[in-house]
Amino acid sequence: MNFIKNFFLNTKPHVQKGAKFHWLHSVHDGMFTLFFVSKDTSKSGAHVHDYIDLKRTMGMVVLALVPALLFGMYNTGYQHFKAIGELASTGFFEIFIYGLLRVLPILIVSYVVGLGIEFVFAQLRGHEIQEGFLVSGFLIPLIMPINTPLWMVAIATAFAVILGKEVFGGTGMNIWNPALVARAFLFFAYPAQMSGESVWVRLASGDKVVDTFSGATPMARAAAGNLDYSVADAFIGLIPGSIGETSAVAILLGAILLVVTGIGSWKIMVSTIAGGAVMGLILNAVSGNAGLSPEVATYFSMPFWHHLILGGFMFGAIFMATDPVSASQTEKGKWIYGFLIGILAIIIRVINPAFPEGMMLAILLMNTFAPLIDHYVVAGHIKKRAKRAKVSA
Amino acid sequence: MSEVIKLRKGLNIKLKGSAEKALEKLPTPATVALKPTNFPGLTPKLSVKVDAEVKAGEALFYDKYHPEIVFTAPIGGKVVSINRGERRRILEVVIATDKNAGSAEFKKAAPSALSAEEVKEQILKSGLWPFIKKRPYGIIANPEEKPKAIYISTFDTAPMAPDYDFVLQDQMDTFQTGVDVLAKLTEGDVNLGVKPGSAFSSVKNVVINTFEGPHPAGNVGIQIANTNPINKGDVVWTINVQDVLFIGRLFETGKVDFTKTIAFTGSEVKAPKYFETIVGAPIKDLVSGKLTTAGYSSRIISGNVLTGDKVSEKSFLSYYDSQVSVIPEGDDYEFMGWADPGFGKFSATKAYFGKLFPKKEYTLNANLHGGERAFVVSNQYEKYVPMDILPVFLLKAIMVNDIDKMEQLGIYEVIEEDFALCEYACTSKIEVQKILREGINTMIKELG
Repeated sequence: MNFIKNFFLNTKPHVQKGAKFHWLHSVHDGMFTLFFVSKDTSKSGAHVHDYIDLKRTMGMVVLALVPALLFGMYNTGYQHFKAIGELASTGFFEIFIYGLLRVLPILIVSYVVGLGIEFVFAQLRGHEIQEGFLVSGFLIPLIMPINTPLWMVAIATAFAVILGKEVFGGTGMNIWNPALVARAFLFFAYPAQMSGESVWVRLASGDKVVDTFSGATPMARAAAGNLDYSVADAFIGLIPGSIGETSAVAILLGAILLVVTGIGSWKIMVSTIAGGAVMGLILNAVSGNAGLSPEVATYFSMPFWHHLILGGFMFGAIFMATDPVSASQTEKGKWIYGFLIGILAIIIRVINPAFPEGMMLAILLMNTFAPLIDHYVVAGHIKKRAKRAKVSA
Repeated sequence: MSEVIKLRKGLNIKLKGSAEKALEKLPTPATVALKPTNFPGLTPKLSVKVDAEVKAGEALFYDKYHPEIVFTAPIGGKVVSINRGERRRILEVVIATDKNAGSAEFKKAAPSALSAEEVKEQILKSGLWPFIKKRPYGIIANPEEKPKAIYISTFDTAPMAPDYDFVLQDQMDTFQTGVDVLAKLTEGDVNLGVKPGSAFSSVKNVVINTFEGPHPAGNVGIQIANTNPINKGDVVWTINVQDVLFIGRLFETGKVDFTKTIAFTGSEVKAPKYFETIVGAPIKDLVSGKLTTAGYSSRIISGNVLTGDKVSEKSFLSYYDSQVSVIPEGDDYEFMGWADPGFGKFSATKAYFGKLFPKKEYTLNANLHGGERAFVVSNQYEKYVPMDILPVFLLKAIMVNDIDKMEQLGIYEVIEEDFALCEYACTSKIEVQKILREGINTMIKELG
């Protein structure tokens, strides 16, 4: 390891202010601190510090996302071979490799573009490279349809990092979840490439599909009144959908890691799922209303818990809503924030025909309101304190 | 006996190097020093010049804005140097001790025979007043104010902290005298925070509050907040256990006696144990020859590892401290440290495997283990502050200098030590204690 350390130490003088390669300073620093935890020691206050830092925290989230990514790769291959009717004759590894080769480029583009911009901003602003994008860069591919062109991934990532994060001051300062900003950007700028029946399953131009093939997601079919998906497939994740969002199993594996390490807020996860379930139950209750058209009534009557395993609900509840920066910061606020995300996601999904999936918009909307929720929670706290002062006086 | 108040929030950091329950008397030091920098917000004015002869209990300097508050020599001798820092700020007033210098004479009387005014005057004149601190702000008490109560915590839950039941085992009578003196200073109660089963539970003339729980349960600020919280306009005085002894001795003997016991602790100490010395004793007397020489640099801290002052071997014990800790400096690069599974690493989070072995004692160094970032992770600080306060929102109010919000969010109730664990645990490596003190300074400046 010493030769790496020596390389960084020897090159350090060349990136200092005034030196020839100063423009590489933030990259040098970023790479150096990635390989070696800095030797900086405490200068004020506590002399001991926990081993936890932002790199570790973000690293844990990335680790939690790995099952969803791996499953997404497999599912990409699975959907492909299923569509062309060769599922039975294709081996596990071939299916996985097919997906790997389609997903990896998206991941690489997301990281290269995002980190590149991060490096430039760190250099311009003279701060250290911040770790936030380690997670955002991983999330972005997972919430894209497999057929998203790479150039779109690139501009969406650039949009998210610049307008979703850096204009606010970087990691820790942003209002919205950057990965969702990327998704929302594409959703509104290129709606045709982000929804419909042709974006979820990767097919080459010469591929012949089987007669029973439909590229629509179960959720889209449910919205049209066809509840013909297999619940087991939806839970395991062998359904069309965005790359990483289909498998509730893989997502829940990640959730376990986040909750056990304490890095993801279980309160937000639980309250979001509770909100979705409650709204699903309300829809079930009113599904008998005579004023509804048959398709809508069928969608209303879908068992409430199916909402939780279809579409991006689970992925959003576990990985998106829990982003500590854009979520509510108070503990009471987290319950309200999560619950409203759940409610809104199902309302948008079921009742608003313009948007097939509501999770993204629900989270972005509640990101916007999170500071307001916190404001009232803090105001309540202040009021309680003031009351205490009066009682004792 | 009162009910036990159980505090759940907090964290005990189990470090290697707690003091063995054995006491060694150090010889009288050749030099001692008072450091005006130990008193936040103080503007010192010198009463002596270099080469002046002083007796124990004679003034060295005083508070410019409260000239009645004097700081006296802990031991007789000759002022040998007055060390100054930037802008001629006084850093140290150093005395070469002299056995024959003697000590100043004060009244020797049972506290019950004295009036509140007489008690106050004697404490002020003898230089013991600075040991009495006030909340809000954790600064030296203003003798003109009337505190609603006096609080003393008789146990310390900080890492490797001294056990006062051991330190005071033969001095409980003197402690009782000191408490009786303090009782004269308030119309409210003297409150003693004790741990379950402590010898302090039998002290008389006080209200006993028993606390159970992890650090910071032993912090006097936490004890106040959980029994009689400070609201705007309230003043509470606090004093450390050993400093009560100084007051007790003054009234029992008519002389000042600044002898105190220091827990010498830390993973770099060969044989951690207790040493009897004096306020302002040189660090060198404690550490020389007693540290392991492991070939890397170590950090000497006057106080505990969460709130103490970094000191050099040439420096002196800080005024209020009853502990000296020595830990590795840790000023080296660690390869891929953030990706380490972390079996031997103590962490408050479960993101390292060290958490699986909660009984083990760990060695921690002074490395930050990461770079400073903006606030990212939420609900981290709240877990370590067992009182009705939102630490992050208070800190943010301080950062934007919003005095109304600081007041509403409870800046009167906390000082650095109460938030020290937040700083330890912070993922973003934010300098919590520094920010809090800046906020407190703003409050003092704006509201007086």
